[in-house]
Amino acid sequence: MSKLYIARNPRAAARSLDGEMMIMSSTDSTLFTLNKTATILWQWADGSTPLDEIVEKRICTEFEVAATEALADAQALARELAGCEILELSETPITTRQPPLGEKW
Amino acid sequence: MPQLTTEIERLSLIIEIGGMPVRVHTIDPAFLNLLQDRYAGFVSDSGGAEIEFDVELQEPKTVDPDADVEVAHHSGTWSLRRGDFLAEWEPAARHGWIRQTANPHAIDAVLRIVHTLLLAQQGGFLLHSASAIRNGKAFLFAGVSEAGKTTISRLAPSDVTLLTDEISYVRRRGDEYVAFGTPFTGELAKVGENVSAPISALYLLAKGQENRIDAITPGEATRSLLANLLFFAKDEELVRAIFHSTFEFVSRVPVARLTFVPDAKVWGLIA
Repeated sequence: MSKLYIARNPRAAARSLDGEMMIMSSTDSTLFTLNKTATILWQWADGSTPLDEIVEKRICTEFEVAATEALADAQALARELAGCEILELSETPITTRQPPLGEKW
Repeated sequence: MPQLTTEIERLSLIIEIGGMPVRVHTIDPAFLNLLQDRYAGFVSDSGGAEIEFDVELQEPKTVDPDADVEVAHHSGTWSLRRGDFLAEWEPAARHGWIRQTANPHAIDAVLRIVHTLLLAQQGGFLLHSASAIRNGKAFLFAGVSEAGKTTISRLAPSDVTLLTDEISYVRRRGDEYVAFGTPFTGELAKVGENVSAPISALYLLAKGQENRIDAITPGEATRSLLANLLFFAKDEELVRAIFHSTFEFVSRVPVARLTFVPDAKVWGLIA
C-alpha cells in the first residue's frame, strides 16, 4: 500500500487559541475549528513524514487506539481536510513542505 | 473670438471617517449638498486627503437592490461593483472614480468597502455592531440583525456618546484598539458622533429575561467576531490579515456575552 504524505496548505490561515485550532480558507473565508485528531494532523503535516508514521507516533499514543483503525480514520480525515483546502495530499513527499509545528503551536 | 469651451466648476468636500480623510469631487451642486447633509459631522475642512474620488453621476436605471457587491484587485487597482455603482480605486495613486446614481447609498457602500480595505492592512476592521463611549471608554455591542444593536443604542442614557448603531469602526493603535464614530446608521437612522476612544470591551448581544454579562471562551469570541466582520474582498492576503487581526483583538480586548431585556437598566452593567 502506498504511503500518503500531508502538508499544510500555505494559503490557509491558522491560529491556535486556548487549545482550539482555527483555520480559515483564504479562498472562500470559510472558518474551521479542528478537533483534536485534525489538530494533530495539522501540527505534524510537514510534507515529509508519512501519514502512517504520524498516526503511529502522535495519534495512537494520544488516544490509545489500534494503528490500523486509526490510520483508516486519519486517511479519511486527511482527505476531508484536503477537500476543504486545509491540507495538501500526495503519495510522494511534498517538496514545498513546512517544518512540523509540533507541540509549540 | 468666441468662447469655445466652458469651464465646469469642480466641487469637492472631504469626508473624514476614522481619521481617514477622503475627498470627493463632483460637478453637481445638488449632489454636493446631498453629501454635506448625509455626512454632517464627518465633513472635514482640513486641507489634505488620503484618497481622492471623482464621482460621475448617471441616470438611474433598473438595478437589482439585492445584487452582491463585487470587490476585486487587479494590477494595483481595486474594482468595486454593485447594481447601483461601479468604482475603481488605485491605492498607490491615492485616486479613484465612482460612477453612480445620485443617491447616498451608493457612495456610502463605496466608502465602507474602501475603509475595510484600508483597515485590513492596518490591523483594524469594520464590525456589525453598535458602539458608544462612556467615561472615556468605548464599548462595542455586536450582533446580527435583530440582535439588539438599535435597541441598546436607543436605551443609552444621556452620559453615553453614541458612535454608531450599526457599523463600528475599529483601528489598532499600538497595543490597544480604538473605536471611531461612523455615519453608517441602522434602524435608529442617527449618525454617530465623530469622536473616538479606546475600546474597553466587546459585548455579543443576546436578548433574554434578565440583564447579565457572561464570560465566553476565546474561541467563541473569535468565531463571533469573525461572523460579524464586514469584509467584501475576495483577496487571499487581506483575508489572512483580517483573520489574524481578529485573534489579536480577542487577545487584547475583553469579549463577553451581554444578555439584556429591553430596559435601560442594562446600561448599569456598562461602565
